[in-house]
Amino acid sequence: MHAPSSTFTERVSVAILDKRLQAALDHASGGFVDKRAAQVAALPEFEALRERARDLKDHVLAHLDTYLERYEAQVVRHGGQVHWASSAEQAREIILDICRKANAKTITKGKSMVSEEIGLNDALEAAGYHVVETDLGEYIIQLAKEPPSHIIVPAVHKTRAQVADLFEQHHRALGHTRRLTEVSEMVDEARQVLREHYFKADVGITGGNFLIAETGSSIIVTNEGNGDLTQTLARVHIVTSGIERVLPTLDDAVTFLRLLARSATGQETETYTTISTGPRREGDLDGPQEYHVVLVDNGRSKMLGGPFREMLRCIRCGACLNHCPVYTSIGGHAYGWVYPGPMGSVLTPLINGIDKAYHLPNACTLNGRCQTVCPVKIPLPGLLRELRRQQFETGLTPWPMRWALQAWAALARRAWLYHLAMRIAIPVLSRFGRRRGALRWLPLARGWTDTRDLPAPQGTTFQQAWHARQDAKR
Amino acid sequence: MSGGRERMLAQIRSSLGRSAPLEGKLAPLAGSGPRPAFEGDIVERFAAKMLEKSATLVRIGSQAEVGREVDRFLRVHHAARRLCVSRALAGIAWPADLDVQYRAALREDETSVTPCFAAVAESGGIVTLSGPDTPSTLNFVPENHIVIVHASQVVRHFEDVWTLLRANGLPMPRSINIISGPSRTADIEQTIQLGAHGPRRLHILLLAE
Amino acid sequence: MRPSVAFAAVKLLQDAGCSVEVPAAQTCCGQPALNSGDSADAREIAKRVIVAFEGFDAVVGASGSCMGTLRQDYPALLAGEPAWAERAENLARRSHELLSFLVDVLEVNHVDARYDGQVTYHDSCAGLRELGVKGQPRKLLRSVQGLELVEMRGTEECCGFGGTFCVKYPEISTKMVDDKIAHIQASGAGTVLGGDLGCLLNIAGRIKRRGLPIRVMHSAELLAGMGSQPAIGEPQRR
Repeated sequence: MHAPSSTFTERVSVAILDKRLQAALDHASGGFVDKRAAQVAALPEFEALRERARDLKDHVLAHLDTYLERYEAQVVRHGGQVHWASSAEQAREIILDICRKANAKTITKGKSMVSEEIGLNDALEAAGYHVVETDLGEYIIQLAKEPPSHIIVPAVHKTRAQVADLFEQHHRALGHTRRLTEVSEMVDEARQVLREHYFKADVGITGGNFLIAETGSSIIVTNEGNGDLTQTLARVHIVTSGIERVLPTLDDAVTFLRLLARSATGQETETYTTISTGPRREGDLDGPQEYHVVLVDNGRSKMLGGPFREMLRCIRCGACLNHCPVYTSIGGHAYGWVYPGPMGSVLTPLINGIDKAYHLPNACTLNGRCQTVCPVKIPLPGLLRELRRQQFETGLTPWPMRWALQAWAALARRAWLYHLAMRIAIPVLSRFGRRRGALRWLPLARGWTDTRDLPAPQGTTFQQAWHARQDAKR
Repeated sequence: MSGGRERMLAQIRSSLGRSAPLEGKLAPLAGSGPRPAFEGDIVERFAAKMLEKSATLVRIGSQAEVGREVDRFLRVHHAARRLCVSRALAGIAWPADLDVQYRAALREDETSVTPCFAAVAESGGIVTLSGPDTPSTLNFVPENHIVIVHASQVVRHFEDVWTLLRANGLPMPRSINIISGPSRTADIEQTIQLGAHGPRRLHILLLAE
Repeated sequence: MRPSVAFAAVKLLQDAGCSVEVPAAQTCCGQPALNSGDSADAREIAKRVIVAFEGFDAVVGASGSCMGTLRQDYPALLAGEPAWAERAENLARRSHELLSFLVDVLEVNHVDARYDGQVTYHDSCAGLRELGVKGQPRKLLRSVQGLELVEMRGTEECCGFGGTFCVKYPEISTKMVDDKIAHIQASGAGTVLGGDLGCLLNIAGRIKRRGLPIRVMHSAELLAGMGSQPAIGEPQRR
């Protein structure tokens, strides 16, 4: 994923004006919010599950090297191969190498956020491979050449008409010439088109929701079954996964499976939960002949050692985005990279550099709703504030803001000066706003006054009025 | 790519304040995950959950009735009179006019019939293990997936499936699938559609024993 | 900015039997510095606040976000300076948002006030999520004669104030406050209350710009019997 050439502010302006996007986001995220709430209400153990999940993740992270080694040993024992990629570039090279050795031509992909993080598709296509995303939402945005706008429903911003246009344009060569109008027809056509690719694929790449150290297994969950067709029909199965996805045992995985779908889409479970362990066994009639796991670091091992370790608990459920008033106002594209919403506002600066994503930690009211719904209790507002602190310390905060903050702080540290400034400013503002009760305009405050009045102060400061009353009593 | 491995492990250890692997055996996290409590008959719950998730379900008395029910299913859905079936079900008496083949799925297959390893009451879901007699493509390729579930296979919680696996001394199969309904998507205008990539129909035959 | 809120708070506390002082040495809780990443200034301001409020049984403020800063953030902010860390913990234990203090600590369960009309309540984020302020305002509001409390959809949704957020990202902020106003309108209430002046200025400022006839007040004002005085953004009477 390249950094977009537009700025955050520009993308926000476009998004806010896009009424159709707003409606799509309200509908999708609102639906997930309501459904999640219903699931939580129906499961008295939900809170206890969150605490266990948090504790499990913290335990694994505190012993990440041990669990990864254990996991690797089990993968190998079952006939698979593990590759360690410390950077995005290394991960791409490893995967290109596997595809080259497999003489691949067609590659199918199940949904994998980490594969987008490392820019895999562009690299594969540049090397001449035919890459097909099989998750319907990912397929649609692949045709549209756009980034995902939501991590669970990547094509949420597309209308049915837009999808029909894309299918008409791209499926014509495959013999589908009718322009479709109904959603059911589009899903059917996608099913037929993608089946062609599934059966031709030499390599199938999936993500890994969880990696199990006890058995060397990778777990994926889907509603569509595309991950299963991807991994079972191809000769070579590659699992791409961040190093932080490992869990100790299958029993531990169940705690997370109980939380994941409920938090993401408000379903009890997704349709298909698949636990894959190595390539096909002797006597098996189907399944891949090679099973590779690419463990991606890309900054995670560094995050482990600092104030952002808790971010590594993330299971990519998307609950934080659905409940974020900023995300639901601007959508995923505005965030400029593959991870949107609160989790993206923490991860993007950490992975790409805090200087490259100034706005993300700042475009947040710190309202905390994300933290209350996170299944692993990540203290997202605290992490965003820590990013702001690092921005301030390294001089990334724009100087007018720095100057204003330091001026305010200089007042706040000197009670006599603070009260003096208030005693001057308040009556002035009050006088200007007296007739209407509010001011329409204030210098240096266009961010407020462009769309809002500023209610006028009441005439004196509280301290003045209070001490006047106290004096009158004596 | 051992350079990457050593580098990553070293960085992880350094972040954790160590320069070497942990001494001694690592104790697992104490305790266990909470399991949802629920009342009532587990077989009833399993059946209700499958129906909730858009599977169809029919109760039959014994394996002898499987052939007749599959025949009925094919007629109702105007499906082709051929089946791809797990070799584990080779003992079933199929209607004479059906073309039944015991193999992995092929692209043209319309209907498959498989057994299951277990069924979960907690949230619904049938559990299959891949193997020479139970190829997993039968679960995903055809339009219709028919699964034979014995009431005695229903367990309460997901963890009970792993307990069963261990109790049977079975090695990890290549693939364990937990399937709770037909394939679905809501990726276009949030409109739910069945039959996205996997089977359009999941039909459960629930045997009394 | 709006002394009537503080006077209302004083009245409510005095009615509940407290003797109230207002230390002159206080200025600001330091949130703007803290939330903008200026920890150094935030620490200095925190120390002054700690000193200004030492010696009182309780420290009460009519603001969920300010009191949240004192209770949740000060101890963490000063954790690295042992002498101050203990004093910060001490202040945190004694600090309370106004209505949660009245209801949870002083066990006040009604007020003598009257307000005729339908009122809806906006749950300011910090008070709700950092301090658990949710039931207490509603309990007291239900005791106000003549008042009908109607809950709006999205009471817990952020109004878009967020401190410097509202002026740094005005487009997003305005959309959020418009969403909040839509909920208020849909509830049918003629008055909206809340526990944080930042939220209320934001909501009132937008309501006023859009010319809508909704009254915005701090819940303390209404509970203290000042509900008929000019609302936020309304002109003071002569």
